[in-house]
Amino acid sequence: MTLPPAGKNSAEHVAAGAERRWATVSLVILLLLVVMAAIAGAHQAIMPQAKVETVDPRSLHISGEFTEGNLGSALQPDGSVMVRAIGQQYSFTPQCILVPKDTPVTIRATSADVVHGFLIENSNVNLMLVPGYISTASTRFSRTANLTMPCHEFCGVGHEGMWGRIQVIDKAAFLKLAANQRRLSCVAQ
Amino acid sequence: MLHNKRLILAHFWLAFGGFGFALLLGEWQMYIRSPLHAWIGDPELYYRSVTAHGTTMAYVFPTLVAMAFGYAVAEASLGRPLIGRRWAWVGLALVAIGTVTAIVPVSLGVDSVLYTFYPPMVGNPLYYIGLVLVVVGSWVWVVLMSVNLYMWKRANKGVPVPLAMFATVAGSLLWGWTAVGAALELLFQIIPSALGLTNTIDAGLSRVLFSWTLHAIVYFWLMPAYIAYYTIIPRAIGGRLFSDPMARLSFAMFLVVAMPIGVHHLFADPEVGAGFKFLHSVFTALVALPTLLTVFTICASVEIAARLRGGRGVFGWMKVLPWQNPMMLALAFSFVMLGFGGAGGLINMSYQLNASIHNTQWVTGHFHLIFGGAIVIMYFAIAYDIWPHLTGRALNSYRLMRIQLWIWFVGMMVLTIPWHFVGILGMPRRMAFYDYTNPALASQADSVIMSVLGGAILVVSGAIFLTVLVRGHRALRVEPGEYRFSVAVHQPRTMPAALNGLGLWFGLMLALTIVNYGFPIAHLMSLPSTSVPVIHIDAAR
Repeated sequence: MTLPPAGKNSAEHVAAGAERRWATVSLVILLLLVVMAAIAGAHQAIMPQAKVETVDPRSLHISGEFTEGNLGSALQPDGSVMVRAIGQQYSFTPQCILVPKDTPVTIRATSADVVHGFLIENSNVNLMLVPGYISTASTRFSRTANLTMPCHEFCGVGHEGMWGRIQVIDKAAFLKLAANQRRLSCVAQ
Repeated sequence: MLHNKRLILAHFWLAFGGFGFALLLGEWQMYIRSPLHAWIGDPELYYRSVTAHGTTMAYVFPTLVAMAFGYAVAEASLGRPLIGRRWAWVGLALVAIGTVTAIVPVSLGVDSVLYTFYPPMVGNPLYYIGLVLVVVGSWVWVVLMSVNLYMWKRANKGVPVPLAMFATVAGSLLWGWTAVGAALELLFQIIPSALGLTNTIDAGLSRVLFSWTLHAIVYFWLMPAYIAYYTIIPRAIGGRLFSDPMARLSFAMFLVVAMPIGVHHLFADPEVGAGFKFLHSVFTALVALPTLLTVFTICASVEIAARLRGGRGVFGWMKVLPWQNPMMLALAFSFVMLGFGGAGGLINMSYQLNASIHNTQWVTGHFHLIFGGAIVIMYFAIAYDIWPHLTGRALNSYRLMRIQLWIWFVGMMVLTIPWHFVGILGMPRRMAFYDYTNPALASQADSVIMSVLGGAILVVSGAIFLTVLVRGHRALRVEPGEYRFSVAVHQPRTMPAALNGLGLWFGLMLALTIVNYGFPIAHLMSLPSTSVPVIHIDAAR
């Protein structure tokens, strides 16, 4: 019996070839995933906030954009809606956020004390609220609905009770309300 | 052969004892927040339990398993007694003392901050100091692994370092460096606050520092499992390792790219900009590569075992595999769970998909499947494989081992699949209570009950596991012989320097850390007035 020749057809060579092919396939799969993520990002399907913004939680109630009278939903000159909210142990302000359907919505939120979460059920809005920093998200709701908005980060022993709500209403109804009030919410309902 | 049997056994028993205790807590938590139980009354008890469960399962248990297995690999693969035996006992003592120091205040309810800390909430300093002791104890092991490798290489010039030792040192270096992030957070931010020396803290910076540790720690947990895939399984099932250099390349890649990718845990955070989130997302994709290479090499090695047993056909060889062998069974279950968990991981890696599941029950489901499933089942396999070499007694309750592994696999699936599912529905994680009468949550009730059942199955499996090990101490004396590792099809006689040591890869890891973390950390430190008031949770009670 003769030994298989070294070189092109040796077992070692065959094994190395199989490895190389598999490594190539693996790399192509991963490259494809990265390119998909980049394209989705470039088309603004959903993107993380571009820059880091800070705010002092000790003076939220005194000055700046998160004073009490400025919280809630505001109709912007360009027709979009700006929502400002804060989280604190163990509630959100406003506790019920009112937004119109089929309208670009920008959310700006922060925390007054510890780290909180800000998640809107059945949507892509999913933020961390870190005291000292402002979190932002852009979204659009395509259906009228009553949605839950839990805090999803442990924030102390009352964490399990920190559930806000969000109400998506018809655009016309929202515009009607916005004509009379500078800031809207659905806390009273 | 193994010289320091008592040292290794002490590590294993401390690890598995903690595991058994934390397993019970985990199931209690599942039950208490499910529809099967009414409002708990004092929610702090739940968070106290989560803190103890997480601390034990994430920090103490896997660290001790890695240390035990590392010492065993060092002695068996290098073929000489461990250098620094006394230091190893000191390391173990530090881990044990640290664990007790941390768990006592947690049990008293003055440190219910969860094991991920969450400043500006700060608890009693003893918890954090205990954790630092655990890490310092493990760093003794990190140093000993490198020292033992270095001394062996000096005495064996030109001989390839055994693969098992190469991989173990890679894992130890990964841990040594990745623990630095949380250590910085604890030493410079949290402990001064907890002691009352400072009254403000930069919560954003501490999240970034924690993310430095948080992701690579998962790969540190994973290392013993991967070392078992490559160096134990092929030997245990009567096969050969397909490729030795490829295995080294995978471990080297884990060392380099597992570490500087933690910002993908901060996709939804405001303190890191979009650019670095994207960069870390790309590197996270890259870390899937060594896993894909591993899957290939191990499947090929298993196929070799099957062909040696006379297996034929494209898929027919699978039938002749030694399915009666617990090691074969553990590997198969581990790979299935790694497949599901890995696919979930690719979803978490993408910013866009992550937005729908970030911080929901999906995430808890995900890491229980990967760690508790794919990795811990290999810890069981390692223990079963090595036990006779430690006790000098037979471990032959094979039927019980098979039952235990089957139950763990089934339990983990029943636990985690519904857990992932409720996460997609938007269920937030880590709450002491869910109001299942709320129409928005009512549909999640049945899935949560299934998870409770899965947890109960895991408790049974955990009890059987401990029973098998205890029986191993009372069985008949045997001479187990050398503790051996797999042999490659083409066992290398020489090895390029890059794959015979870890200097190059460790250097690359440090460089990549500076690139990927340097700017975000420097940026946050340069921002004025990001420090916020500390909130002491132990003072409130």
